[in-house]
Amino acid sequence: MNLLADALASGTVTTGEAVTFWILAPIALGGAIGMVLARSAVHSALLLACTMLSLGVLYMLQSGPFIGFVQIIVYTGAIMMLFLFVIMLVGRDSRDSLLETLRGQRLAAIGLGIGMALLLCTGLARGIGSVTAVGLDEANANGNVQGIAADLFTKYVFAFEVTSALLITAAVGAMLLAHVERRKGDRPGQKELSRLRFRKGNYPGPKAGPGVFATSDSVATPALLPDGTESERSISPVVPVRELTPAEAAPKGTDGGKRK
Amino acid sequence: MNGLESFGQDPWWLVGLKALAIFVILVLLTLFSIWYERKVVAWMQVRPGPNRNGPFGLLQSLADGLKLAFKEDLVPKAADKIVFLLAPMISTVCAFTAFAVIPFGPVVSVFGVETPLQLTDLPVAVLLVLATSALGVYGIVLGGWSSGSTYSLLGSLRAAAQVISYEIAMGLSIVAVFLTAGSLSTSQIVAAQQGGQEVTLFGTSFTIPGWYALLLLPSFIVFAISVVGETNRAPFDLPEAESELVGGFHTEYSSLKFALFFLAEYINMVTVSAMATTLFLGGWQAPFPASWWPGANEGWWPVLWFFLKVLILLFGFVWLRGTLPRFRYDQFMRLGWKVLVPANLLWIVVLAAVRAGTQQPEWSAQWVGMIGGAFLLVLLVIWFWPGRKKYEQATEPDTGLGGFPVPPLDLQVPPSPRVKRLTAEREPVSVSAGDDATAEGKEG
Repeated sequence: MNLLADALASGTVTTGEAVTFWILAPIALGGAIGMVLARSAVHSALLLACTMLSLGVLYMLQSGPFIGFVQIIVYTGAIMMLFLFVIMLVGRDSRDSLLETLRGQRLAAIGLGIGMALLLCTGLARGIGSVTAVGLDEANANGNVQGIAADLFTKYVFAFEVTSALLITAAVGAMLLAHVERRKGDRPGQKELSRLRFRKGNYPGPKAGPGVFATSDSVATPALLPDGTESERSISPVVPVRELTPAEAAPKGTDGGKRK
Repeated sequence: MNGLESFGQDPWWLVGLKALAIFVILVLLTLFSIWYERKVVAWMQVRPGPNRNGPFGLLQSLADGLKLAFKEDLVPKAADKIVFLLAPMISTVCAFTAFAVIPFGPVVSVFGVETPLQLTDLPVAVLLVLATSALGVYGIVLGGWSSGSTYSLLGSLRAAAQVISYEIAMGLSIVAVFLTAGSLSTSQIVAAQQGGQEVTLFGTSFTIPGWYALLLLPSFIVFAISVVGETNRAPFDLPEAESELVGGFHTEYSSLKFALFFLAEYINMVTVSAMATTLFLGGWQAPFPASWWPGANEGWWPVLWFFLKVLILLFGFVWLRGTLPRFRYDQFMRLGWKVLVPANLLWIVVLAAVRAGTQQPEWSAQWVGMIGGAFLLVLLVIWFWPGRKKYEQATEPDTGLGGFPVPPLDLQVPPSPRVKRLTAEREPVSVSAGDDATAEGKEG
């Protein structure tokens, strides 16, 4: 804040930059707070993506267009999308349990969070307050992309190579753990399945569908065999068999409300 | 910045005018390309296509759009209301934003102000297009998720996996263009394709054409394939496979929200066509040598060339849809990850080696680059040479007893005694007549 105030006072921040900052900063902050407070996991992920997007634009504002777009493409586009992918697979209606298993953890978390924020704020304020920004023009002298490329492939090349080796090892390890190699004979083929189906004691035809020959079209109603007995194979084992009340079995008035 | 001095000098009214022009052009182009697609597909299937509203049926998509807007707007009970509303907006906004960096033409005079025919340009303009397409996926994924319907969710899961995997192939195919043009800004990539390039190789110099589609043909092919996957168009339209998923991610959408998704899809198609034009087909430059008509690349003419190229590429999209059946999901993923991405990586290495070789002043270094490049090329060809699996004779014969319950292959059906009697009683007129009688007897 100090740096910004200084810059505003000395007139090096253009109006456009200041306007963009004051629009994006509340959005980024609101997104971050909302991410913690949101009940639904997908909403949390979306708000986090919103924050990352705002940060990306703020980078562009700071004469770092390349890093800004990379932030949007990599973090918002790829990583958050993977998060969302996983959360979506978990299911739409799964929300966090609101029961606290650890007593007082919420209060402790709030206290620690505020403490961390204070620490960061004071540290940044002290650090930035006495620093004047220099070297931006030299860094961008040959263009922003070229500057990053030069640093990346000369000064930091080994750091990045080591990191990439680490990441690849982790990826290969994860794949190895998750991958199950199946030999050709391990899975029953069409022939084996066919033999199983026609073996003695197994009825090869399809199972009776739920509701066939039944008095109701509910999936909980078992099918009736031709001799009138109920077919246990026709209903899923997770659905309890029950008799429907006359009100439940009555037509639901789908014919335009003519029926009383 | 280098070479981008003509940008950022426009007065505010000109910026507004350009933005408005892009919006109007994209909406009109969407209406037009729906008509164009229906007409071209109709032509391929030998039927008239839309021909009732307006000249040649041109107003058909306008009528459809108006009808769509007046439909009832349904929101499913199970939907997540906010996200359901947000998703089509994200899709559409991202689709429109990408067009801000597409150059339509050179510097022209608009109401007395000299300005390039492009809303803006950045040193990393192509990344903007990649970023908007990455964000556009959110619209599809969230739309499918928030609908609260299984078909929508399946469609959006497919869409997410598909777009993310094909974005990698697309991004890699553009890398070759960056390497050759030496810039990530769209206007400079177009400028780099101007005229032929003089190349000196082993003492002899020759001119190679400037268009990157010719110069970087493998990249262009990969780009063309991956953008079809990226825009969810046939034969890669798995997220909205109507025969499997009803409508995919937009199953539950109706009225204007559906119209927004539709708009976004067609704008994306136009955007990737414009990107292909800009990156590989010389952008707004005339499709013939400049010596033929020196004034062709000046003034407002380039806009015509630009849109001609875009329309030809759109025709390619429609052609694919009219010709190819939909891919199976695993085939599609295999193509993306096991063919396009590694082929592209190898091609980039080959290109870098060749470039390093040709830029060396000494002969020996040229040779190293050339031989290395050729070696890699051979490796690439061997690796991806289409092989065919040999047919393996089954180890145990299907006799019909232990195997499948099927009749044996050499089964001879004995003729029924009734047919035998009939043919014996009748004197056959000719051989074929006798055969006919046998066949009829069998059927009867």
